[in-house]
Amino acid sequence: MALHVEQVTKKFGDFTAVDNLSLSIEEGEMHGFLGANGAGKTTTFRMILGLLDPTQGTVRWKGKPITYANSPEIGYLPEERGLYPKMKVEEQLVYLAQLRKMSKPDAKRETAAWLERFEVPHYGQKKVEELSKGNQQKIQLIASLLHKPSLLILDEPFSGLDPVNVEMLKGAILDFQKQGATIVFSSHRMDHVEELCDDMSILDRGKVVAGGSIKKVKRSFGKQKVRLNMEGDLSGLSAIAGVDHFTKTKDGALFQITDEHVAQVLLAKAINLGTLRHFAIEEPSLEEIFIAKVGKNHA
Amino acid sequence: MHSFWIIFKQAFITKARTKSFIITTLVVVASFFLLANIPNIIALFDGEESEENLLHVLDETSGLVPELQTQLDLMDSGIEAVPTYLTEEELQKSLAEGIIDDYLVLTQNGQLSARYISESANELGGGIEIENAVQAVHTALTAESLGLDDSQVWQLFMPVEFEREAVSESSKSQEELSQSRGLVYVLIMLIYVAVIYYPNMIAMEVATEKSSRVMEILISSVSPVKHMFAKILGIGSLGILQMMIFGLSGYFAIKTAGTDLTEGFFSVMGFSEVKISTFLFAILFFLLGYFLYAVLAALLGSLVSRTEDVQQLMLPMMILVIIGSLIAFSGISIPEAGYVTVSSFIPFFAPLVMFLRVGMLDLPLWEPLLSIGIMLVTIGILGWFGARVYRGGVLMYGSSQSLKDIRKAIRLGNNK
Repeated sequence: MALHVEQVTKKFGDFTAVDNLSLSIEEGEMHGFLGANGAGKTTTFRMILGLLDPTQGTVRWKGKPITYANSPEIGYLPEERGLYPKMKVEEQLVYLAQLRKMSKPDAKRETAAWLERFEVPHYGQKKVEELSKGNQQKIQLIASLLHKPSLLILDEPFSGLDPVNVEMLKGAILDFQKQGATIVFSSHRMDHVEELCDDMSILDRGKVVAGGSIKKVKRSFGKQKVRLNMEGDLSGLSAIAGVDHFTKTKDGALFQITDEHVAQVLLAKAINLGTLRHFAIEEPSLEEIFIAKVGKNHA
Repeated sequence: MHSFWIIFKQAFITKARTKSFIITTLVVVASFFLLANIPNIIALFDGEESEENLLHVLDETSGLVPELQTQLDLMDSGIEAVPTYLTEEELQKSLAEGIIDDYLVLTQNGQLSARYISESANELGGGIEIENAVQAVHTALTAESLGLDDSQVWQLFMPVEFEREAVSESSKSQEELSQSRGLVYVLIMLIYVAVIYYPNMIAMEVATEKSSRVMEILISSVSPVKHMFAKILGIGSLGILQMMIFGLSGYFAIKTAGTDLTEGFFSVMGFSEVKISTFLFAILFFLLGYFLYAVLAALLGSLVSRTEDVQQLMLPMMILVIIGSLIAFSGISIPEAGYVTVSSFIPFFAPLVMFLRVGMLDLPLWEPLLSIGIMLVTIGILGWFGARVYRGGVLMYGSSQSLKDIRKAIRLGNNK
């Protein structure tokens, strides 16, 4: 286990921001953090970064607590843009990288390479405040990974970006992962997490309400759907044990089932009813899981 | 240590390169040269109006103008009295037309009397010399009519001996006091400006870093305490550099202008006694004052979320500086007053007030040393306390910005 968060609790006065959270992330993995605003994502990140000490529990990176001694191994992209508005892009990227113990010539070379990759090589001599939001976010991402950290923490890296820039940043993050970095990132966009991550955690009020590999989470959610496209009256099928919900659709019907084997029963019965044109087991989207897990508590 | 120097350098260089810093420095340097050359500039304008010293005298006496001239010369007034043959109406007309600046009417009706008419009331000041001269002529005439000889007149008008001596041992003589007054005044002014200007810079820097959230990246790279002290030292060095530029340019301005600091305007201010120790104390108290207020400013700057709120939170600190400066400036004329002595040991006032006392009085060495010691301890305590507030403060975002937040910040810092 590379990053090990063990039974971490953070209290601010009477308020519990993070409640007994445990998390293990393998080296080279990308882990997604999902949660509504105020779920405790940023507080968790701050504890991982060592900016806040947990009230209880421990955070370890490669077996060691994270302190300023190993801060060069860590990169961080804060939720809100965190750059000097009046400083030139290159200057500040080099400065921030130097603070993470990168040499000045290396930092300069890498800055040029990254600006090139993001197709903004001429931005080096511009002030950050002169750039658009999307371009600032590119600079922000460069600032977090310029010094080649082995652990990269990205708090809402894609917020406020247009689709083209999202793709560009996604590509860069995936490449960085391929080079061996462990990445934790938070988002409120389920599709990003689904696309990029193997593992994820859904946070609600400081607790992990669902976590692990995305596949497992979906399976254990147990609420798969079966889509049947055929003629005839299918309402009788809703009586089968294990069918939670039945919705008539234009081409047939959609069944929500509790278990995978119910799908087989459904299929067997459906064949007898007429010509089956389409049969599919649909996994629940993360969005549905999220709403089910988090929305319920909020209701 | 590595990252400490990087922050130090960054604070120093980026600030030194800002337009505001460069312009401020240039403007101050330029004004030094201008000020030092004021006597030369005045002389330049005076040269064109040299005939102004001609005094037209409408003499209705038995030709006393030569006596008047003798008296004017004795007083070194540089005024040349010339009898005029114009009538008073004509004189008034030329005065109105600006051909002449002033004229004097001398009459003698058993007693000598004079009327001085000038273009504007401002010129009346110049009348004093003339009045004295007329008085002297009158005295001479009266003495003559009384049959007194010169030595009797001399005895009558011999000035009494009047000496001032101060009893207090630490006090410098009146003469010495006014000799160092000007220098002390200027240096207090510099310290005052420095302890407001540079700590303000720090508070703004910290608030900018916090409001732009770059702070989160910074303090996830280096410890907030290291960051705070590197910043304070960086801007402090910048302050020393700027003060050195000011000092050197002031020195060269005076040198090149050829201004004699013991004459004219400067003699009133008192620059004749320039002691090296005064400068050394000035540098020392500048540094101590700077660190004291810089730590305080960093602490306050770490509490705000928006740069707009900095000034509001800095107000209590400003009031401290202003009270200190009021005590120091009022103490220039009475450096031995009780309240001055007491406040020179209060750390927040000491940089200004103790420097005033050191500069103006001959203090036993233990007094400044004690005051310095008190300041060092205070800086230590504030540094320790400030670091704790800072650690929590930089992570704290919220709308309410008051000193109450210090408690919240410490709690957050402690939790950390």
